Order: sequence, then structure tokens, then C-alpha cells
Amino acid sequence: MNYSLQLMMALPELVLAIGAVLLLLVAAWGGAQSTKLVSWTAIAVLVGAGIALAGPASAGGEAFGGLYRPDMFAAFAKALIFLAAGVSILIAPRFFQQTSGDDLRPEYPVLILLSAVGMGMMVSAGDLMSLYVGLELQSLSAYILASFMRRDTRSAEAGLKYFVLGALASGILLYGISLVYGFSGTTLFSGIADAYASGDQKIGLLFGLVFVFSGLAFKMSAVPFHMWTPDVYEGAPTPVTAFFASAPKVAAIALATRVAIDAMGPAIADWRQIVIFASLASILFGSVAAIRQENIKRLLAYSSIANVGFALVGLAAGGEAGVSSVLYYVAIYVVMTLGSFLVVLQMRDHEGRPVETISSLAGMSRTRPGLAVALAIFMFSLAGIPPLLGFFSKLQVFLAAVHAGLYVFAAVAAAASTIGAYYYLRIVKVMYFDEPAPAFGGRTDPVEGALLAVAAVVISPLGWPLLGYLEVWTGAAAKALF
Amino acid sequence: MSGFPILTVMLAVPAFAAVACLFVNAQSARWLALAATFVDLALGILLWANFQTGDGAAQWQFVEHVRLFGIGGAEFAWALGIDGFALLLIVLSVFLMPICIGASWRSIEKRVPEYMAAFLATEVLMIGTFAAQDLMLFYVFFEGGLIPMFLIIGIWGGANRIYASYKFFLYTLLGSLLMLIAILYMILTTGTTSIPALMAHDFPPHVQTWLWLAFFASFAVKMPMWPVHTWLPDAHVQAPTAGSVILAGVLLKLGGYGFLRFSLPMFPEASAQFIWLVFALSAVAVIYTSLVALVQSDMKKLIAYSSVAHMAIVTFGLFAFNAQGVEGAMMVMLGHGVVSGALFLCVGVIYDRLHTREIDRYGGLAINMPRYAVLFLLFTMASVGLPGTSNFIGEFLSLAGLYQVSTLYALLGTTGIILGAAYMLYLYRRVAFGDLTKDDVKAMPDLDLREFVMLGALAAVTLWMGVYPESFMKPMRGDVQKLVARLERAAPAGDSAPTVGKPAPAAAEHGEHAAAPAAHAPKGAPAEASAHGEAH
Repeated sequence: MNYSLQLMMALPELVLAIGAVLLLLVAAWGGAQSTKLVSWTAIAVLVGAGIALAGPASAGGEAFGGLYRPDMFAAFAKALIFLAAGVSILIAPRFFQQTSGDDLRPEYPVLILLSAVGMGMMVSAGDLMSLYVGLELQSLSAYILASFMRRDTRSAEAGLKYFVLGALASGILLYGISLVYGFSGTTLFSGIADAYASGDQKIGLLFGLVFVFSGLAFKMSAVPFHMWTPDVYEGAPTPVTAFFASAPKVAAIALATRVAIDAMGPAIADWRQIVIFASLASILFGSVAAIRQENIKRLLAYSSIANVGFALVGLAAGGEAGVSSVLYYVAIYVVMTLGSFLVVLQMRDHEGRPVETISSLAGMSRTRPGLAVALAIFMFSLAGIPPLLGFFSKLQVFLAAVHAGLYVFAAVAAAASTIGAYYYLRIVKVMYFDEPAPAFGGRTDPVEGALLAVAAVVISPLGWPLLGYLEVWTGAAAKALF
Repeated sequence: MSGFPILTVMLAVPAFAAVACLFVNAQSARWLALAATFVDLALGILLWANFQTGDGAAQWQFVEHVRLFGIGGAEFAWALGIDGFALLLIVLSVFLMPICIGASWRSIEKRVPEYMAAFLATEVLMIGTFAAQDLMLFYVFFEGGLIPMFLIIGIWGGANRIYASYKFFLYTLLGSLLMLIAILYMILTTGTTSIPALMAHDFPPHVQTWLWLAFFASFAVKMPMWPVHTWLPDAHVQAPTAGSVILAGVLLKLGGYGFLRFSLPMFPEASAQFIWLVFALSAVAVIYTSLVALVQSDMKKLIAYSSVAHMAIVTFGLFAFNAQGVEGAMMVMLGHGVVSGALFLCVGVIYDRLHTREIDRYGGLAINMPRYAVLFLLFTMASVGLPGTSNFIGEFLSLAGLYQVSTLYALLGTTGIILGAAYMLYLYRRVAFGDLTKDDVKAMPDLDLREFVMLGALAAVTLWMGVYPESFMKPMRGDVQKLVARLERAAPAGDSAPTVGKPAPAAAEHGEHAAAPAAHAPKGAPAEASAHGEAH
């Protein structure tokens, strides 16, 4: 195949990579003053990469001898990833300015861009090697981002924890990859699928599968490999936490979906058990552990664990309906979670210091009614109450599970979401029923306010018209895998 | 009326008013909410006036259908349309709403705009639930109602409001989620979300069993049936007066409506299979909760328990599988909606004056509040089921229908009515009669104009339903016939029909006609010849 066409297929990553390197140079010579320029250019680069998705990058086929898959599935996930990355850049400057005292350094947007390159590779991977390289590029950027507030011990601790546990996860994943390679003789997904279909070397391949899924579960923060999540989410700077909860989640879930369907599709009976276990365990543990949390960021961390569990309900279903439901779920989840973190960003006392306790939200419906309505919308939506969009995303994954005949699984997962509803309701209760705590200081930044309003409107019933498009897009994306 | 989307307008008016309420001050919010609910009442009356009945009338009227988006192969559509059952329940909702707003006029002082917005949102969701013709749309409205009700109980409720609001929300949510899975199964196997189409679809009996149980989990909680009724007394006691009115008046009807619209026509075989369960739970509810009501010292709790008992009469009637039973169940739902709403208002009236619901703190109100005492007496009698009031019609028909199926359960059900008389009259005696000894009670003024108008309107409807129930029976008659025809193949035999060897009294007197009862004997009866012989 002609090489320039192959490069065109990878255009989004190229745009991002070149943009990141150039901006890194600008940052190196421009110093801290260049942050604003670098940030806005980074946004422009992300938009450019998003536009590049429309071309050969989503047309299907494969590039570089099967290493890279530029299909609709990848394009859909990348669109979400770029969106979340852009939002994470937009919400950062004010937080760093008010929290760590000094302005945001220009490396922040550059790291986000590099992470986006890695995530783009992950979701487009057609080979275990491109999968691993993408994953590591994303992870390394993420470790630095987690410890971005150098003078804050919690942030440093979060970065270190993330690094150590992330390295462990990479090790497990690599071990699985080597087993799969050893027993199938190839790292290409299509070849691996043939090996699973042939039924030879069953035990070795099964072990490989278990380790690969364990490693991926780590990256998705699915139970039982979730333990890093609350600490990292709590310690990392809030804009970074918002980023962690959205873009890498999408990438990891999309990657797991692609590996499960593309590489290990014939072994669905084997990985389905793992996914069902991880799903139920994540939903139950994420929901139960969130109940006693006093820190809103930790609560959202557990909520993200539970949400991964729900996305996995769709993956366990498998098939086209299952894949499209996973994408449908994460698309709406990204909006909800970014919205929730935007509210967390507004929580600061009169001197501008960030506040993270749930009790500080008390009576917010009277002190900041608009903010309270927005957070209530996100919480009810995360709990899956109609007519908010969070209900429709849960509906899709349950529908896929019922379609696959997993009735008991769907019923248990649905019943378990009642536990989740309990702690989401608690936030609403604190905001609406309790006597007001001291009001938050500071005004909402216009950019953040606008993003918050957009997220809230999209999640409210006014966002219903979007669901029609989402249905079409996720359907087309899922078709690309089959 | 063709072409005018009256149901959508009925939903849009309170929806827009709810949003508008958030942006105005307290007094404007009150007037805006009242105006919106009156517009809806007017539209509801228009709906009733234009509803076609009799032969040749369509089952589903005022139908609207706009496709919104796809859901896993099926379509999610803005499909609205009503039959007689839905019409009556919508009319009940829009009738109670202005009264609720009126009841909150003075008693709600804090955060009035939000309060009015929450109430209007509740109205939207209730009307939507009854009018939805799309299964998913129904679920969206059905579950969405939890949010405003959670806020109403939690923000404006009594001392223990937070516990009550959680209990209300989580109980009903858990039940509904199981129903959701069943709904998904139905959508996937039939490929349609249209409720009329599903009502005509025959699921295999063994599938029906599971689907029925899943729906039962939701409707039994909403109804509420014993033993999952415990959220109701808490929610009622803690909710503000208007919240209780709407909870008892309309939200409790969602369970009954669910049985009527889904469980019975969609799963007739499974419904027949589980008659024993429904009857047993209803029998326990009617007797146990009546006894519990008898010992309550809190007025609202007493009426809440009486609601559980009345709802058990509804389930008795519905699962009798015959026309009297179903008509009676609907009439009990309507009558109970008006009467229990009125009783909660009566409690609210004196609560506003003395700020306690303890029965012992009152006494002798007939002396200083005569107008109040008269109206309270009327509603007490209606709750007991005195002929001439709304509840008599419904309870009599339900139990008459039930008697055809099971004499034993009819006996138990009737016990509930006797106990109902006991606890209601005992309540009335303690509140209104006796000597006026307490000073603060002496100082209580009689009803003012606002309260008098609200209770007067409810009293008029109570008597209307009791004296001329035909106005309410007529719109649903056709639908009852269709439902009974659908259920006929699964209808239980019944033990009160004359059987072999026990001829009906009239036939026994005229021995030569002894063959006649045998013709009515249940299936599997011996041949006519032997019956003839035994009868002699």
C-alpha cells in the first residue's frame, strides 16, 4: 500500500505528535510566560486532530502492516478522547494559579497532547506491540501529570503511587502479551484470533488471556485491580483528575473492547467470565465503598470504578450490540464525569483554596443555586434516573446484556445500581436538604461556566435529540469491529 | 379536536411553568403554578368532554406519535394516547393539582419557587405516565417522578424527612429496575415498544411468569402492597400536606394502573397463576394494616395505613378477572384519590393551626369549627364506604367481583371494611367530638375561604361519584370489556358459582329446573345426566 495513504490514515496522531513536539520547543524557550499561547495552540492542535478524523483516519482498512487500524471504532473513541483532553486543558489555568500559587507551566498542555497520542495509538492498535507502546506513552505522561503540583506532597504521592502500580500493571500485561505471542506465534490481532479459533495450545493461550485482561483491568481501574484509583484521584490536581476519569478511561475501555473482540473474539466464553466478574465486582465494590467517603474526589473515584463496571456489562454481552453499548455508555459517562469535576473545581473557600469535603457542599442550593442544579443533574444522571441521559446509557448496556441472554447478570447489575443511587442521592441531600455551610468564594470562570452549562444541558432531557446521532455513530463504530 | 396535540400541550404547560417558577419570586411563583394547574384542569375537562365512548369509539384516542431515536433496534417514540382508564386518572391528577397548590399557599414559606417547580414537574411526569403509549417513554415518566417527589419530601418535609425521602426513593427504584430488565426483554423479543401492540402480544406462559414477577416487583412497591408498604407511612408522615395529597391521590394509583395496563393484559396466564399470591398479600394487608391503623396516635400515619388497606381492595378487584372487579378497582382508585387527598387536607388544616399531628392534642373541634367538622365527617364516612359516597361504589363492585372468584377472600376483604369503619370513626370521635378542654384548641378558627373552597370541591366530587357513578363508569366501560375479554382464557373458575350437589337456592325450590345450574358448573363437572340425578 502506498505509504502516504498510510500516513494519512494516522493523520490525527501525526498532527498531535508534531504539535506536541513543536509546542515543547516553544515551552522550552518561552518559559512560563508561554503557557497561555501553548494552551490555546494545544486546543487548536486537538481540534485539528479531530478534523483529521474525518478523512482516511476513519475509513477502515489497516496501515503499517496491520499495526494500526484507522476505523470508525477508533475514530469514535478518539473524538471522545480529544474532547476530554481539550476540556482538561481549558480548566487547568485557574486551578493552578489559585492553588499552587504559581501559574500553570506550559508543559501541562504538552503532556496532555502526548498522552492523547498514546491513547490514539491504543484505540487504533491492531497489534500487541502498538497496543503496548501506545499504552506506555499514555501512562508515562499520566504519571507526570499526576505529580504536576511539585510542592504538594499529596500530588507527589499520587504520582509515585500511580507510577509504581502502573508499572506493575504494565508488567502483568507484558507477561500476558508474551504468553499470547509465545503460544500463537504472532502479535497481530488477526493472527491471534486465528490461534484462539483453532483451539490448539488452549491452556497457554488461556493463561495469556487472563494476564492480558488483568493488565487491562488495571488500566480501566476495574475491581480487583482498582486500588490505585481513589488515592491517585484524590491526590492529583483536580483538572488532572478530571482528565484521568475521562480520556484514559475511554481509551482503556475501548482498547479492552478491541482486544476482546478483534484478538480474542473466538474465546468469548473464556473472557466473558472474567468480564462478568470484574463488572459485578466493580459495580458492587465501587458503590459500597463510595458510601462512607467524605472527600468528593474520592467519591467520584469510586463512582468511576462503578461506571467501568457498567461499561463492562456491555462488553460482557459481546457482539455488535454489546460493543455499541459500551461506546454509548462511555460517551455519556465522559460528559457526566467532566461536568462533575467542573463543579468540584468551583469548590473553593474565600481565600481561593480548594475544598474537597462533601460537607462543604451543604446547602449549596441556596448559596449557589445554579451550581447545585448542575451537580444534582449529574448525580441523578450517574445514578441512572430518567429522564436524564445517564439512564439511557445504562439502558443500552442492559439491553445488550439481555440481548445476549445474560438475564441474571443484567438483573443483578441493575439491582446493584440501587446501592450506587444511595451515595449519589447523598450529594443531592447535602446540597438541598442540609443547612447551608459557608458559601464558596470566588466567581466561576466564564470558560468553566460555559463548559458546565453545556454539560448540564446535554445531560438534561434537552439532550435527547443528540441520542439519535449517538445511536447512529456508535452503531457504525461497532460495525467496524465485525 | 383532530390534529391538536392536546396531551403534549397538557405536558408542556406545567413543564414551562416549572422552569419559569425558578426565575420569579415567591408570590409570583404561587400564582404562576396555580394558573398553570388551572390551565391543565381546563384541558383535562376538554379531554373528558371530547372523549368518545360507546360502540365504534376507538380504544386509543388523542393519539400522537413522533419518533425520537432508536434503542437497540426498537424505536423510542414520543407516543401518547389514552383510553378510558388513562383518561380518568389524568382527570384525577389535574383535578387534585390546583388543590395541592392551594394547600401549599401559606403553609410553605421557604423556597417557594423551587417548591412550585417541583410540584409542576410532578404533574408533568404523572400525566406523562398515564398518557404514554411507548413502553420506554412510560418508564421514563414512571421513574422520573421519583426526583421531584424526593426533593419535595426531603426539603419541605417534617423532622425525619431525610430518612423518609431515601426510603421512598430507594425502595421504589429497586422495584422498578427489575421491571426495566423485563421491559428490555419484551422490547427485544417483540421488536416494538408500542404498548397497544404489546397488550395484544401473547408471550409464552413460562416467560410470562418471569416477566410478571419483575413487573410485580415494581408495582407492588408503588401500590403499595404488604409487606413492601413500609415506605408509605414514613413518606406520608414526613411529606408536606400537599405532598401527601398528591402521593395518596395520584402516585399510589401508578401501581394499580400498572397492573391494569401491563400485568393483566400482557401476561394473562401468569396473572392467573399468581392470583393466590396477590390475594394472600391483599388479605394480609387489608386486615393487618387496618389493625395497625387502629392504634396510631399520629393522624397522617393512620390515614397512610388506611391507604394501604384501600389499595388492597384495588388489587382484590383487579385480580378477580371480571368486569365488576376491574370497574370496582378503578372506582376505588378514583374514590380513594379524592377522599384520602381530602383527608390529608383535613389533617393539614388543623396542623397549620396547631402544628401537631398527635390525635390526643385535639378534641371537641365540632364545637368551635363546625364547618370543618361537617366536611371532615363527610370524608370520614366516604372513607368508611358509606352508600352515597364515592368509595361505596368501588368497594362494593370490587368485593362483588371478588366474591365470584373466592368467597373466602371476599369475607376477609369485607372484614377490612368493618375495621375501616372502626378506625375512621374512632379517629373522628377523638378529633371532633368530646369536650373542648384544651385552650389552644379552643383558639383555633374555623375554615377560611381558601380551605373551604378546596374541601368543598372535593366534597362535591365525592358525592357526585357516589350518587351518579355512571359519569365515571362510562368512559372506561369499553376498555373494561376489552380487558375482560382478553383475560377470559385465563380466568379462574371461582368457588361461588352454584355447583353440583349444592344447587342455587332458587333452583332448589323448583327441582324440575335442576339441570340449569349444572350448565353453569365449572369445567370438569360431571355430565348433566348425573347432575340431574343427584339434584333430586
